[in-house]
Amino acid sequence: MALPNKPLGELPAVANPEIVEMEVDYLIVGGGMAACGTAFEIKKWAPDAKSLMVDKASLERSGAVAQGLSAINTYLGDNDPADYVRMVRNDLMGVVREDLIYDLGNHVDDSIELFEEWGLPIWKQKGDEKKALKDGGKPVRTGKWQIMINGESYKCIVAEAAKKAIGEDNVLERVFIVKLLLDANKENTIAGAVGFSTRENKVYVIKCKAMMCACGGAVNVYRPRSTGEGKGRAWYPIWNAGSTYTMCAEVGAEMTMMENRFTPSRFKDGYGPVGAWFLLFKAKVTNGLGESYVGTDRAKAELAKYEPYGSSAVTPTCLRNHLMLFEMKEGRGPVMMDTPGALAALSKDMDKKQMKHLEAEAWEDFLDMSVGQAGLWAGTNTEPEKKPSEIMPTEPYLLGSHSGCCGIWVSGPELDWVPDAYKWGYNRMTTVNGLWTSGDGVGASGHKFSSGSHAEGRMCAKAMARYVRDHADLAPALKQSAQELADIVYKPVKTYLEHAGYTTTTNVNPNYIKPDGLSMRLMKLTDEYGAGQTVYYMTSGPLLKICLDGLKVMREDAEKMAAGDLHELMRAWEMYHRIRTAEMHVGHINFRTESRYPGFYYRSDHPTVDEENWKCFVNSTLNPETNELEFKKVELINIIPE
Amino acid sequence: MPSFVITEKCDGCKGGDKTACMYICPNDLMVLDANEMKAYNQEPDACWECYSCVKICPQGAIEVRGYSDFVPLGGSVVPMRSSDSIMWTIKFRNGTLKRFKFPIRTTAEGAANEYLDAKGKDLDSELLFTEEADGVTLRTP
Repeated sequence: MALPNKPLGELPAVANPEIVEMEVDYLIVGGGMAACGTAFEIKKWAPDAKSLMVDKASLERSGAVAQGLSAINTYLGDNDPADYVRMVRNDLMGVVREDLIYDLGNHVDDSIELFEEWGLPIWKQKGDEKKALKDGGKPVRTGKWQIMINGESYKCIVAEAAKKAIGEDNVLERVFIVKLLLDANKENTIAGAVGFSTRENKVYVIKCKAMMCACGGAVNVYRPRSTGEGKGRAWYPIWNAGSTYTMCAEVGAEMTMMENRFTPSRFKDGYGPVGAWFLLFKAKVTNGLGESYVGTDRAKAELAKYEPYGSSAVTPTCLRNHLMLFEMKEGRGPVMMDTPGALAALSKDMDKKQMKHLEAEAWEDFLDMSVGQAGLWAGTNTEPEKKPSEIMPTEPYLLGSHSGCCGIWVSGPELDWVPDAYKWGYNRMTTVNGLWTSGDGVGASGHKFSSGSHAEGRMCAKAMARYVRDHADLAPALKQSAQELADIVYKPVKTYLEHAGYTTTTNVNPNYIKPDGLSMRLMKLTDEYGAGQTVYYMTSGPLLKICLDGLKVMREDAEKMAAGDLHELMRAWEMYHRIRTAEMHVGHINFRTESRYPGFYYRSDHPTVDEENWKCFVNSTLNPETNELEFKKVELINIIPE
Repeated sequence: MPSFVITEKCDGCKGGDKTACMYICPNDLMVLDANEMKAYNQEPDACWECYSCVKICPQGAIEVRGYSDFVPLGGSVVPMRSSDSIMWTIKFRNGTLKRFKFPIRTTAEGAANEYLDAKGKDLDSELLFTEEADGVTLRTP
């Protein structure tokens, strides 16, 4: 019988992979909503250029919308983009890029009208069922900004249009880009990227003139509440590994608001969406005593600690979380969503058919985007009309497109009303020439969601085409040879092959660490010291120092990661991206000596929102000499009046 | 809720170079054991239970069993996806059955208009090509 010191998986890696070299004009790294937006738009502005899209997965089911969605959360319709800015600014505690948000508000509906034309079913108000949004059809709104859809195939539809637009031959699937590359001759200018196939032993070295990098946010950076099989049931897509943040930061892109995080309150364990329950079904939450705690005097007293945001007309998401955590910490859990009460109130005057329709709507909300929650209800015999369900804040996630705003500092649009400090020529370009990002990649501009990410990807495409036109002399050249790059990418494989024979089992070996082991170390460290869920999101200066020291050692150990097969090589690089992303997140929290987002995280040594000193951005850059992050405050400019 | 493959039903997609589940899994979890010609989920604790593999399997060989950390045994959620709708059958632990059918697409598969021949005109404006064609004026604060 063979010893268990053989590679895991079915696709063993070899020491010397084949090297494929390519050169294109436009490179799109990622395959989600934002990347599909760029792929759809690019040829309209650069029809004769060579474009390539590289996706770690399969385009029709990749990214955050892979499973589907039950709502589109940003559709402006008759709303004023200035009000959209006001909503986002309030929810994200004042510190946002108003230019980016207003600009997005101008374009987002155009993408939604395309989705509908392509075949996405959008719920309409009675009488408007056959009328498209573009023709004035009125959608079913759950809130001021949200509309309901039958979105099981949302990503398939958007991917189809993207793939056809850029050309099927110009989409490289199952290739994981792991590093971006700067130009050998032109300072601070992008020249390409390197990655590998997860299906065959091949390294891809791709040169380009302009790049849009959008590979989602970061999940499993913090220890999740479920650590067994349930680790997979992350609220945000588990395959989002912080690749956008790490890859862009490592070529010198300035980051912003990396201290921001999102710990959404969701149905416990299954992490099913709550938006429709709150907004469409008007459900109430109660504490363990059956009280609706939100309006109590003690809740008002809690909110008063975080002025001016505590008393705003719509309580920001983090402060709503704070109220829930307050109840839980005081021993008044569990917090429950009163689904029976909500459905009883709604069905009061309904006939049997209407009630059946209401029940279907309630289930579809899960089945479209979070099937596991439906499975949890089935396994626990939960019929929402009969039994309430528990609500709980999740582990922290890092993202820039949903209700969070960490990411990269990008240029605003070239328009007169945009402050000079916010624009440097090309909309959504990072501080690295020729490098764009969108969706989860853009910092200080949350609440874009799926539709806004797609529109933003399209905006990037046009700006990229303008940049390439303006820089006719671009001739990308790489600093390292293709072989040197392949050796870097395949280092975990070489480490594995060199040492695996030393012990009788593959996972325990003093000469290397497997990505799985490092993953557990990362999640334990960030959770305990970096304001994770087991400590009720609390940290402090001394705790953060331990966390940062531990992350530095972890980055050293990451050099000794080992991968015996291609799947594990993917995990190794994802781990590396997660560690760097965690360093940025924790480093930013350490620099910002206040608690800007109570309910998402707290600093016990600086427990309040400090408007006087910290109503500003925190930006960071990686110093290539020292390999350390450097932080600074950046002035916040208000554009839209209160 | 990790996906699992029913041994008897899986035919390894008849020896093609990749199986349907392997093609579609967003997290690279589904693999083919080439000797047995059967697929399996190689990392169940990284399964988002997005059901992409369940929906695409031509043999109906893939289902999902609730995450062992928090889902009691006995329930199941099974989709049947066609080109324009999806039918869900939900079985509770206590045997209660529920069925729901939802539309998923209003056009034929492959019909999404990519505007192949459309060309933008003014590269220096901030308008997307569709906005330019529609004569949109961008609002200002």
